[in-house]
Amino acid sequence: MDSGHLPGHRTRGREGRSSHPSGDRTLVLPGEEIPSDGLRPGSGTYRVHGKVYASVLGLVAERPPFIQVLPLSGRYIPKAGDVVLGTVTDVQGTFWLLDIGAPRWAPLHMTGTPWKVEIGETDRYLRVGDAVAVRVENLEATGRIGVTMVGDGLGRLEGGTIITVSPARIPRVIGRGGSMIQSIQSLTGAKMTVGQNGRVWVDGTPEAIGRVRQALRIIDLDGHRPGLTERIQDLLGSRSPDVTIPRLPAPPAEREMAIPDDDGPEPPDEP
Amino acid sequence: MGSVGAKDVPVLLSPEGIRVDGRRLDELRPLRVVAGPLHRADGSAFVEWGANKVMAAVYGPREVHPRHLQQNNKAIVQCKYNMAAFSVDERKRPGLDRRSQEISKVIAEAFESVIFAEEYPRTSIDVYIEVLQANAGTRCAGLVAASVALADAGIPMADLVPAVAVGKVAGEIVLDLNKAEDNFGEADLPMALVPQSGRLVLLQMEGHMTREELSHALDMGVKGCQIVYDKMKAALRDRYSAARPAEVAA
Repeated sequence: MDSGHLPGHRTRGREGRSSHPSGDRTLVLPGEEIPSDGLRPGSGTYRVHGKVYASVLGLVAERPPFIQVLPLSGRYIPKAGDVVLGTVTDVQGTFWLLDIGAPRWAPLHMTGTPWKVEIGETDRYLRVGDAVAVRVENLEATGRIGVTMVGDGLGRLEGGTIITVSPARIPRVIGRGGSMIQSIQSLTGAKMTVGQNGRVWVDGTPEAIGRVRQALRIIDLDGHRPGLTERIQDLLGSRSPDVTIPRLPAPPAEREMAIPDDDGPEPPDEP
Repeated sequence: MGSVGAKDVPVLLSPEGIRVDGRRLDELRPLRVVAGPLHRADGSAFVEWGANKVMAAVYGPREVHPRHLQQNNKAIVQCKYNMAAFSVDERKRPGLDRRSQEISKVIAEAFESVIFAEEYPRTSIDVYIEVLQANAGTRCAGLVAASVALADAGIPMADLVPAVAVGKVAGEIVLDLNKAEDNFGEADLPMALVPQSGRLVLLQMEGHMTREELSHALDMGVKGCQIVYDKMKAALRDRYSAARPAEVAA
């Protein structure tokens, strides 16, 4: 981790997962006992016979009065207010179903769009495979995820490509106060929209998209190591890029969800 | 199997109590567990256990297909155990058979009892187990791989589920049967357990044992499971120890 710095505000907003530096941050696996010191079992834990155990793989965090485990893996868990990128998986008479990488598909009702949609004419606006930026509006106990497309920066995504990273890495993609995403955009000339569900929409020249893809890949695989900002700037910045990285061949015109190129051997090495 | 005819039963146990492959009675075969080798799945694991090679992948929680299987108060756990055609000496006819259906069922039920399925209503957690190379004990190896894959997928559950087979060979209770012992031994007792609670979530038996032998076998199996459990945890630690949540520094 890079720092003694206190975590910055904003980036993740609201109930700020970032803002409590307390807790010992040890890695626990499901079934391992967590010393609770009288704290109540929170998310990612369960209690049997007065003892607290982890239920997911993650890091222990004390949030009095709770002790919880922050998961290190798993699907995107929606939160109200999050901007997410999705693809249309089904079209019904009055709504669309979106895959946002969450456990369930999210219904987008026709009234949640900036358009005047007639019943039965939903497929004139969005079709299966189209990509959209939406905001999570309400979460029901049934697991239903309500989303809306009315708001700044929301709508259908045209052109460009979507690159997927782990949802847990999104704060790193954004950077403190948006610093990371701004420097990636200005160094590559690409235009980006980041979804909290780990999907990043990128538009620009094929060359720019290729470089953003490499930067995101480093953040995804290697984002937990210190000096991330410097490594990204080295990759994209003043130094001649072909010294640092093998150039990707210009990717073929990609549409919709591009499959992330994430199964290479190990994190790319840094010279 | 194959080349060994039923007539020439190998000597399974030496007078000194050493088994065909050189192990002592209570010794496991070499076990290697790797967490997260696959990138397209939500979670995955690879297990090499003696001459067994098993890959497991987990998807979910995700939408249930077909829809009518959906349960509105919890996630369903679906498991598919499959042996590759090339996993055994004589080419196996690919696809579902009675054996693989049974194993899929008992493994799915073992996981249902540890996964906190109520957290994801109306979804499905899908577990795929592919046996690439088989040498007795694949249901245990598959279960171990799948359990690590579930943890890798971030699925909430009470515990990891280690598994091991115990058996009876040449009149002795032995741990972790290999192919020859499985074929020519007197009994095979695969078991899976939840270390946190000590509950057994899978227990099957083929062959015969006396009551005393069974209780001895269970004790031996519990000890074997502990070793397997430690390997499973080490594999997950290995994959995740370097990781820090991005939130901490963001």
